[in-house]
Amino acid sequence: MSETTASRISLRAAAILTAFSLLFTALMATTYRATKPAIDASAEAEKLKLAGEVLPAGLYDNALLADYLEVMPRAELGLAAQDGPVRVMRARKAGAPVALVFEAVAPDGYGGKIRLILAVGADDRVIGVRVVGHKETPGLGDYIDPKKDRNKAAPWIRQFDATGFGRVAAADWKVKKDGGRFDARTGATISARAVTNAVRRALQFAIDQHEALYALPARSVLTKEGP
Amino acid sequence: MTTYAELARNGIWKQNTSLVQLLGLCPLLAVSATFVDGVSLAIATIFVMAMASGVVASVRNFIPHEIRIPVFILIIAALVTMVDLAMNAWLHELYLVLGIFIPLIVVNCIVLARIEAFAARNTPLVAAWDGAMMGVGMVVAIAVLGGLREFIGTGMIFSGIEMLIPGTHALQLLPEAYPGFLIAILPPGAFIVLGFLIAGRNWLDARATERARHLALGAGTAQP
Repeated sequence: MSETTASRISLRAAAILTAFSLLFTALMATTYRATKPAIDASAEAEKLKLAGEVLPAGLYDNALLADYLEVMPRAELGLAAQDGPVRVMRARKAGAPVALVFEAVAPDGYGGKIRLILAVGADDRVIGVRVVGHKETPGLGDYIDPKKDRNKAAPWIRQFDATGFGRVAAADWKVKKDGGRFDARTGATISARAVTNAVRRALQFAIDQHEALYALPARSVLTKEGP
Repeated sequence: MTTYAELARNGIWKQNTSLVQLLGLCPLLAVSATFVDGVSLAIATIFVMAMASGVVASVRNFIPHEIRIPVFILIIAALVTMVDLAMNAWLHELYLVLGIFIPLIVVNCIVLARIEAFAARNTPLVAAWDGAMMGVGMVVAIAVLGGLREFIGTGMIFSGIEMLIPGTHALQLLPEAYPGFLIAILPPGAFIVLGFLIAGRNWLDARATERARHLALGAGTAQP
């Protein structure tokens, strides 16, 4: 094969590869544009549904997803500096504060981070907690997720419902094995301990920042030092 | 001439990707802790394999031999991305169940292997059928693997099915007090159960060959 034919073959291959890349990139871009509105809409619906798990939709009448604060990462929410800000959504009824809905992380689960969403009422009590992501051992530590909890009548995570520091003091807000008040399944205490401690820290944060969290205008940023 | 029935037999039994070719084990082992997860992944794989095979077979005459692999990868990745976006937008309920598995399919080497070995040399329809049947073979393997792991590990089967078919629920096969056999659900259990499945398939195959040989011998002696 002469040198010119070899370079011609290479050039042809390069041209065809370029053509294929352009064609399929264009196809992907078109699909992306065509699907974006529908995907955004379902992502919103998804968030509302998730919030609805911890806060019944009948309790508030504002646009929950639009009334939020950006909170810079802080240890109370189990977030390190590289995690980026989290949203705290504020539920109101007829303008009066009802609850805060936000995500928190338990960094010390058995399988790494456990992500939680919780609603804290304006009366500084937990309304509800759910696990939104975890890597705990299946069949052992995953009972922190009520969908995996075998006790369907009284799932473990519902212990926190309607509980505040008035009922369980912050010092007792631990699993029973650590001398606290909350149950944990034998043989899988680490998952329960991580969640229990994360809920205590998150509740403390909501109480400490109560004023600022409700009063700041929507979409403003709460830094570590204060508003 | 390869017939459709032969392709089906090939994909489901003779060349079963999971049990004979041992290709694409990473998703197979990772997502087979329960029956429902495994079957969901395999169903998504059927779609992607059939589509990718069909598309590659349609454009096979335009692809120079030297750059076929990058072009195949480009086509598979683009198709998977498009399926992922389209499902997210228009089949959101299904996407919530299958969604996490779809990106996993890109890295599944059975897709590339089948395209390289079959789709690049056949007509689109035949190629799409072959891809689908390879996927069906994976459904069968992963259903048995996932079902066994879930049953041994938790004493239940079909957990999570309510996400696929609303109104149904998991079956508790063993008494509520069954303590569970954790290793079956953990990664080592996948390897152990898969080993038994491969052994079982080989045993069935060997028995069939043996029987066929006996029949042939018997027929031979009956007619001198």
